[in-house]
Amino acid sequence: MQPPRLTGVLVLVAVLAAATAFGWWRRRRDGRLRAVSPAAAPHRAALAALGVRPGAVTLVQFSAPVCAPCRAARRVLEDVAGRLDGVTLLEVGVEEHLDRARELDVWRTPTVLLVDGDGRIVRRAAGVPDRDDLLAALAPLAAGARA
Amino acid sequence: MLLDPRGPRFAAALTTVVLAVALVTGSGWLVLAQAVVFALTAVHPRLGPYGLLFRALVAPRLAPPAELEPVAPVRFAQLVGLAFAAVGAAGWLAGVPLLGLVATAAALAAAFLNAAFGLCLGCEGYLAVRRLTGHPLTARVPVPPR
Repeated sequence: MQPPRLTGVLVLVAVLAAATAFGWWRRRRDGRLRAVSPAAAPHRAALAALGVRPGAVTLVQFSAPVCAPCRAARRVLEDVAGRLDGVTLLEVGVEEHLDRARELDVWRTPTVLLVDGDGRIVRRAAGVPDRDDLLAALAPLAAGARA
Repeated sequence: MLLDPRGPRFAAALTTVVLAVALVTGSGWLVLAQAVVFALTAVHPRLGPYGLLFRALVAPRLAPPAELEPVAPVRFAQLVGLAFAAVGAAGWLAGVPLLGLVATAAALAAAFLNAAFGLCLGCEGYLAVRRLTGHPLTARVPVPPR
């Protein structure tokens, strides 16, 4: 009835090796800001429905109640918004906005979208974004919004 | 309710050890015991068996936590673990060792990722599952007017 112990040992080693590789890969990629092609006009309606106002540079964070890193992401966003003028934060619960999450291709929480003053998503990150990366990406946009 | 995040991490490390032993020995009873631990922890995340061990033996030797985490992700992760452990135990105890092996291996991978990397696989997959199942799973989502 029981499988041979050797099978169990082999499965154990394989699982730990695969999980370690996945964990490292994930840690390296997590929260990285990706450039988004600017031809994302169809997203404008979804963003407006979430409460993104035209003319403002907005950081949209998708969060879920079961998401532990969402709190860390929010702290990073609040810190960044406090350092730059004209950056608005918008935290969206995926529970309430499942359709918008689909339209905007959000698969994980936290996901952060950088929306410029024209309502285009210019960067996005799945995971907790790095504060300095976010500041660097936002600085030109925020200056543009003030001008 | 808020938790010291090192508690669930410690629990995940213990879970990893228990499931590793279960995998090597092919013990359905051990997986069943782990399923019971998952269930108790889901009911009361601070007072699960491993959480009590953490509070009694580990926490007094550590500095007070620098931050606390909400209980909902921990509870959700326990329920995901419970599902896998229950299937694994059923597989082994019902004479379907392949099912037991696969389900236990999946639970082990999740527990190890949580312990070693602080990565909660169930929480990460939550939105993807919600998107694919299409309909809100919780009763708290308002019903659209017809």
